[in-house]
Amino acid sequence: MARTPIGLVGAQPDPPFEITFDGRPVPALPGQTLAAALWGAGILAWRTTRDGGRPRGAFCGIGQCYDCLATVNGEPNRRACLVPARPGDAITTQEGHGHDRLGV
Amino acid sequence: MTASASEPDDVAGPPSASEPKGSAGTVADSLPDAARRSDVSYDLVVVGAGSAGLAGAVAASELGLSVALLDSSTQPGGQFYRHPAPTLGAVRPEALHHDWSAFADLRRRLDASGVDHLTGHHVWSVAKETDGTWTAHALTGADGSADAPVRIGARALLLATGAYERQLPFPGWTLPGVVGAGGAQAMLKSGLVLPGRRIVVAGSGPLLLAVASSLASAGARVPAVVEAAGYLRYGRTPRALVTNPRKAVEALVHAAALARHRVPVRLRSAVTEVHGTDRVEAVTVSRLDRDWRPVRGTGRRIACDALAVGHGLVPQIELAVAVGCSTRALPDGTLGLALDALQESSVPGLWAAGETGGVGGAELARAEGELAGRAIAARLLGRRTGVGATAGLRRRRDRMRAFADVMSAAHAPGPGWTGWLTDDTDVCRCEEVPAGRVREAVAELGARDARTVKLLTRAGMGWCQGRMCGTAVSCLAADGATPEPPSERRPFAVPVPLAVLAALDGPLDPTPASDGPPDPIPASDGPTDPVPS
Ligand code: FES
Repeated sequence: MARTPIGLVGAQPDPPFEITFDGRPVPALPGQTLAAALWGAGILAWRTTRDGGRPRGAFCGIGQCYDCLATVNGEPNRRACLVPARPGDAITTQEGHGHDRLGV
Repeated sequence: MTASASEPDDVAGPPSASEPKGSAGTVADSLPDAARRSDVSYDLVVVGAGSAGLAGAVAASELGLSVALLDSSTQPGGQFYRHPAPTLGAVRPEALHHDWSAFADLRRRLDASGVDHLTGHHVWSVAKETDGTWTAHALTGADGSADAPVRIGARALLLATGAYERQLPFPGWTLPGVVGAGGAQAMLKSGLVLPGRRIVVAGSGPLLLAVASSLASAGARVPAVVEAAGYLRYGRTPRALVTNPRKAVEALVHAAALARHRVPVRLRSAVTEVHGTDRVEAVTVSRLDRDWRPVRGTGRRIACDALAVGHGLVPQIELAVAVGCSTRALPDGTLGLALDALQESSVPGLWAAGETGGVGGAELARAEGELAGRAIAARLLGRRTGVGATAGLRRRRDRMRAFADVMSAAHAPGPGWTGWLTDDTDVCRCEEVPAGRVREAVAELGARDARTVKLLTRAGMGWCQGRMCGTAVSCLAADGATPEPPSERRPFAVPVPLAVLAALDGPLDPTPASDGPPDPIPASDGPTDPVPS
């Protein structure tokens, strides 16, 4: 059997659940962040940049770079690498600014 | 537990907050306008629950202080001991870690202690009040967006905020599939996921070996580890090597893992271009000369679907710098906090430990945290605490610090790395500022430092506040001369909603759970030094 991260640590996760990314279902394991669930499904980009409209996803993985900003359940500018996935979460590609809700 | 309840009568410190444990969260939750209220006051607030912060918090608590340990994550461990949430059911979390038993020991001590471990607390500012006490301001929630910002008072402050990864840009580094080396490691340790199946690991520093070996053990193919430095510089300082055998053993463990997975390591080389349209398809690896300039004609293409890249770590010191703590230049061109023999900063009452004083790894961080915790307890309690143990910790700390400086020098970016950049390579990821615009600001508009470049180009003005582009911008601004270390001056350590700032109009309210504001800590030159002079 191919080695996997799950196999390496002998993980026996609680049952997976579903979230959606731009409407399509993506499985998530309880305890994963949104970014981890997306990476697990092979999705590396969930935002486009303000000027170039270029795709971005998680880069630093620890909440420092803000490249992973996503719109989560309609709320923009959430750092997907920090926010835990919850059943039914709807992530949509965030374009440009979001709405700059955090105000800096 | 309080200092007064657990210590003998000769304790100099005043009684501290009564029964703070568990009350901070509930106080914040029940307040009508939490942003304006102070929470419970403690003897000590520790920021960061990594190796240094954990060690400091438990040491101080075991000596009788009331301690709040603030951390943004939901679990203790920091970046090094990041591990999956309990719901992921990892039976062998140690398979992704070096020296897990050291962490298990700290966690045991934390569980047995009276430390209030406040998770999901993102500290954005610390302030010294006129009475000499400290206030830590924090946003709460997984990503700091919960509606209950809090502030927490203490007689002393220990900053153990760790480090973030240093990035040097190159063409294609903004393409999805290019991730931080530490980022790949963090996502693997906590989320049990990989960014791809064939992952090149590149950059500089010993972290790369650890990252490559954990990615490979987790099932990724790692076609190459690409290290820009040579390892020869370590040989020039044999003393630091011989006196730190555990570091050599750690490197050998990683090297053996890489050999087992047939991962080749290329020294004096760098990824100088990433190929792909929507995501990474391949990278070009070039040989570097002594100054890290790519050698023409040496580029080799390696197929991969992800690149994990990083050039060492930068101490995260903005909370301390904002209140005026002095810094020291580290051998790799970054800044760390200037700390005295017992980890106190130049601002009395503010201690720091771990990577904030210069990047040196988890074992050093633990020793420094322990040392700081003891020193703070000695100061606040007005008596000596374990003189012999403190002397031993200091010796270990000094030995490991010496090694950290050697390591820092060995992996300092060479001046030629800017030769990787084309004019349209984005330097600032957030504001999408290409190298050409930065060069123009330097060559035509006369900018000589990162600050001026920032004003002229917006590089460093975006969300991350220059954490990702700071090194690159100061190198380009220096235009071949020795760059000034990028400034760690940021108004806030994390973005703060305007509503929170607007609510900060009054002085700290008296604390609801204590007899009044705690007294300031006594002066440092009293008879409280735990080490005999
Ligand atoms: S990946 Fe950097 S902030 Fe989320």
